[in-house]
Amino acid sequence: MRESQKFEKSFDVQGGSFQNAGNVSGQIKSILKEMGVSTDIVRRVAIICYESEINIVSYAKKGTITLVVTDEAVKIETKDEGPGIPDIELAMKEGYSTATAAVREMGFGAGMGLANMKKYSDHLIITSEVGIGTCVTMIVMDFSKILHPDLPPLTL
Amino acid sequence: MQLDELVRALNLKVSCAEGSLKRQVRGGYVGDLLSDVMANSKEGDIWITRQVHQNIVAVASLKDLAGIILIQGSEPALDTAAKANAEGIPILVTDLPAFEIVGQIYKLINP
Ligand SMILES: Nc1ncnc2c1ncn2[C@@H]1O[C@H](COP(=O)(O)OP(=O)(O)O)[C@@H](O)[C@H]1O
Ligand SMILES: [Mg+2]
Repeated sequence: MRESQKFEKSFDVQGGSFQNAGNVSGQIKSILKEMGVSTDIVRRVAIICYESEINIVSYAKKGTITLVVTDEAVKIETKDEGPGIPDIELAMKEGYSTATAAVREMGFGAGMGLANMKKYSDHLIITSEVGIGTCVTMIVMDFSKILHPDLPPLTL
Repeated sequence: MQLDELVRALNLKVSCAEGSLKRQVRGGYVGDLLSDVMANSKEGDIWITRQVHQNIVAVASLKDLAGIILIQGSEPALDTAAKANAEGIPILVTDLPAFEIVGQIYKLINP
């Protein structure tokens, strides 16, 4: 496994820190652009990464976002220490949100984050334990590379 | 249309990143919900919003938007302005409400 892996990096995200929200997503976007990842993939990763970051900032004590890049895919993995999600299916529903009034006032809490993370990734897995925390794994595939016969097979 | 032309045509006040107005405005997006703007705006869009807090800078930067127009004379918060200047994200201010400024922008960029 992971033969074609070429990059992995983790970033810390502080819960409640709205003044820094988006910084990690910005760094990840810069890294991907620098690596020459295609603009469509960068765009999709920026969306899912930002929503992940905002969720950690909005709901968790702290967390990490890990970026993994291979030839065929970008993986974003988040892990946080926080309240967890009691009903993941409900949380996934567009419009469902437990965001506070203060958070909504800033334009967050539309209940679209997880829905957009699903929409803009090719694969999404959420695991969560109430009172412990939440992990989200998202994979964005570069199908143009996968369909290219000269490249090594999928390893993520 | 270039952003500085839009600023002149609509008499917008340049509140931040005055040196970054040589950008092409390809379209526009209106919204106050950051998830909506994050998902649906496109590169080169001018973003019309009433949000003035600093998270709008991160959204505009992540989405490669042409700039942000604040409506009804709203000024960016101090930390918003600092961040926008540091990152070169233009923030413009109009006294008009969203409906009116959007109508004018639409006419200018879709002649
Ligand atoms: N990391 C997390 N920890 C705890 N709860 C979360 C987390 N992420 C999402 N949630 C829960 O799922 C709901 C829906 O999340 P999301 O779709 O991002 O919309 P929003 O953040 O706008 O509420 C949140 O309101 C919250 O109750
Ligand atoms: Mg969210």
